[in-house]
Amino acid sequence: MKRLEVSGLERSFGGVKAVRGVSFGLDAGELLALIGPNGAGKTTCFNLLNGQLRADAGSVRLDGTELVGLPPRRVWRLGVGRTFQITATFPTMTVAENVQTVLLSCRRRLSGLWRPAASFFREEAVALLDRVGMGAQADRPCGVLAYGDLKRVELAMALASDPKLLLMDEPTAGMAPNERLELMALTASLVRERGLAVLFTEHDMDVVFGHATRILVLDRGQVIAEGPPDAVRADPRVQAVYLGSAA
Amino acid sequence: MSFYLVQFLSGLATAATLFLVSSGLTIVFGVTRIVNFAHGSFYMLGAYIGWSLAERIGSTPLGFWGGVLAAALAAGVLGAVMEVLLLRRLYRSPELFQLLATFGVVLVVQDVASWIWGPEDLLGRRAPGLRGSVEILDQVFPLYDLVLIALGPLVLAGLWLMFHRTRWGTLIRAATQDREMTAALGVEPGRLFTGVLFLGSALAGLGGALQVPREAINLGMDMGIVVEAFVVVVVGGMGSLMGAFVASLLIGQLQAFGILVFPEITLVLVFLFMAVVLVLRPYGLLGRAEEAPPTAASPGPPLSASTGIAAWAPLLLLALLALVPLFAGEYALIVLTELVILALFAASLHLLIGLGGLVSFGHAAYFGLGAYGAALLATSWAAPMPLALAGAPLLGGLGALIAGWFCVRRSGLYFAMLTLAFAQIAWSVTFQWYGVTGGDNGILGVWPDPWASGKTAFYLLTLGLCGGALFLLRRVAFAPFGYALRAGRDSPLRAEAVGIDVRRTQWFAFTLAGSAAGLAGGLYAFSKGSVFPTLMSVPTSVDALVMVLMGGVQTLAGPVVGAALFHLLRTEIMSLTDLWRLILGLVIIGLVLAFPKGVVGFARDLVQRGRAA
Repeated sequence: MKRLEVSGLERSFGGVKAVRGVSFGLDAGELLALIGPNGAGKTTCFNLLNGQLRADAGSVRLDGTELVGLPPRRVWRLGVGRTFQITATFPTMTVAENVQTVLLSCRRRLSGLWRPAASFFREEAVALLDRVGMGAQADRPCGVLAYGDLKRVELAMALASDPKLLLMDEPTAGMAPNERLELMALTASLVRERGLAVLFTEHDMDVVFGHATRILVLDRGQVIAEGPPDAVRADPRVQAVYLGSAA
Repeated sequence: MSFYLVQFLSGLATAATLFLVSSGLTIVFGVTRIVNFAHGSFYMLGAYIGWSLAERIGSTPLGFWGGVLAAALAAGVLGAVMEVLLLRRLYRSPELFQLLATFGVVLVVQDVASWIWGPEDLLGRRAPGLRGSVEILDQVFPLYDLVLIALGPLVLAGLWLMFHRTRWGTLIRAATQDREMTAALGVEPGRLFTGVLFLGSALAGLGGALQVPREAINLGMDMGIVVEAFVVVVVGGMGSLMGAFVASLLIGQLQAFGILVFPEITLVLVFLFMAVVLVLRPYGLLGRAEEAPPTAASPGPPLSASTGIAAWAPLLLLALLALVPLFAGEYALIVLTELVILALFAASLHLLIGLGGLVSFGHAAYFGLGAYGAALLATSWAAPMPLALAGAPLLGGLGALIAGWFCVRRSGLYFAMLTLAFAQIAWSVTFQWYGVTGGDNGILGVWPDPWASGKTAFYLLTLGLCGGALFLLRRVAFAPFGYALRAGRDSPLRAEAVGIDVRRTQWFAFTLAGSAAGLAGGLYAFSKGSVFPTLMSVPTSVDALVMVLMGGVQTLAGPVVGAALFHLLRTEIMSLTDLWRLILGLVIIGLVLAFPKGVVGFARDLVQRGRAA
């Protein structure tokens, strides 16, 4: 059994079929890139996987458990972490508080009304922040951080729940080139360390071909190619989608 | 059969007026995105101006209808003036400020109207030529109402033609759909908005002037109609003209027939209808989803627990307040008792606004439920005071539990409108349910038990209970639950993606805030010795909002400071002049324009700037 098994996933908006019969699998320790031109259905795919959107048909199984129909918070509890294309953090809280909130949620302590939250899991939060290189900024408000730093905070928040599967929607968008490579190297080492499965979308082809263990190419809602980076690079259909076909 | 036909027709006449007023409200909202409380004031001004003109020139049909038109135009001009002087500065402000600023205008207009036309009800002249009635299947029906019935569709047709056949109308429709794009295409938004306010307010004024022959003109017309128009606009879908038309028809009939079936609770029926529609069709019957849900308040810096000496400040203040009876007189103690109660009321609302980003426009409902609960327990059930006081937070919390279940399903403006609707339901129940609540006579003789009847004893009791509750609210803000609540406000998307059930968190916060407000209400009932339906009315809800706003949304000390400022100001000004509403209105407008972060936030910014320099 694969960690993530997606089969026959469908979703349309009005008359537009955004995702049409997408199927793929993902194993622990893999870094799978989901690429495709704008409007190919990448983000829709992500939103279907974590329950943000409800699939019209198909199934998504995490270690055999069906996820379709569950709200995002249930999907998260089953072990699916997520970072967003446009970072979503809690801007009025400090960086550490952001991570602490996730840790509190993870351990079902968020209904506490008495003990100050600041006293919960502070060291753990800082350790996670250290891991993504944000430890020094633990006490700054999230609202004032640079975009690249926010992306790393989001990653720490996603890791706080110790997920089995991590969905990263354009993890390096808006970052400087050297930052991008750093973040992907970090992600790759996390995958090895924790036996994580990562599915990510990305526009930067250096990032994709430099770090992905496997690549899935989406065009107009359908999977048109799948395989290791070299094979995908050589695939004529992929070249046609990206470079325009002669036909 | 014929009886039902006449009832149906009178429902249509009600619907026509409702449509005139709510079409203006929905057009203004569609373009400016401001929910204009003052819309009802233009309706009322239209009625008063219409009355004055009818008295002078209304004896001929030409004079009468000319007067009606002139009144509508006058209301339109006043609306345009409000846009230029006030609204123009608020388009980028949080919706709380916009709602409050327009409510400030309501207060100002009330006192000005009372000063010009006096507080007595005015009876207008009947429309010349339409004084009689017609017989419809042997039932009589006023001729004038038939004219009104025809007027509704006529105005709808006129508006439709204007929106679809004129350049200006096309621009309005464009701005309704995408303000920024319209501005980017070179349309001067300022003049467009002024024009829209003129149109909307003129429609309200027309609706008001047309009431002159039908009903007594009085100073309560503004709130009555604007709340009904809100319901119509929300049910029809905010910004939708057709929606307003359909909703007016439905609500007109609901009122006409509802009065036959449930004469006691017609008001409740209308608000329940709205709540049900909103739960089933979140954006109203013909409304469309908003692209970006409006934000409650701009997010501030992180809440930080005070350290060092500042951490002891609340306890020190409590100790100081406890010593006050040693040297203060009775009057000062009465004022302080009320102040402490209001501080808890304001802090409970702040839990929703400041931490949850939930702007409630009906928080008075739970204050009032607590007050009525305590009063009923103490009088009808002859319960001892401690028991009655224990009942207050329970009833307030129970009310909030029920209303909250509906309200937290929606966010932003719709949340504000839903809370307003539930407060109106609570208000109309106490107002109309004479048998139990005494209606507008209220409940009298709610006095503390002998051991607490001295001013000092009751003050200390209030201080202890409110101080304890305030301390609890503060703990909650820094506890994990407070984090969950803030997380849901900061980013619902992220909160749901890390396992936080945002709706349930907000529901619980709503209930908690409701029970704290209930406790405040219970103490208030005993401190005053009586309760009245006004405790649950919109102005009381707005008082609480003003306290929170005065103190600043972003600090926990804010609501307490705000309540103190507000109460002292009110006590002081009311002893000097009758024009409290006028002054409060101006204070609200001034606050909104000058201190968008509240007084405490403003002071803190000053301190920080001082440190930085």
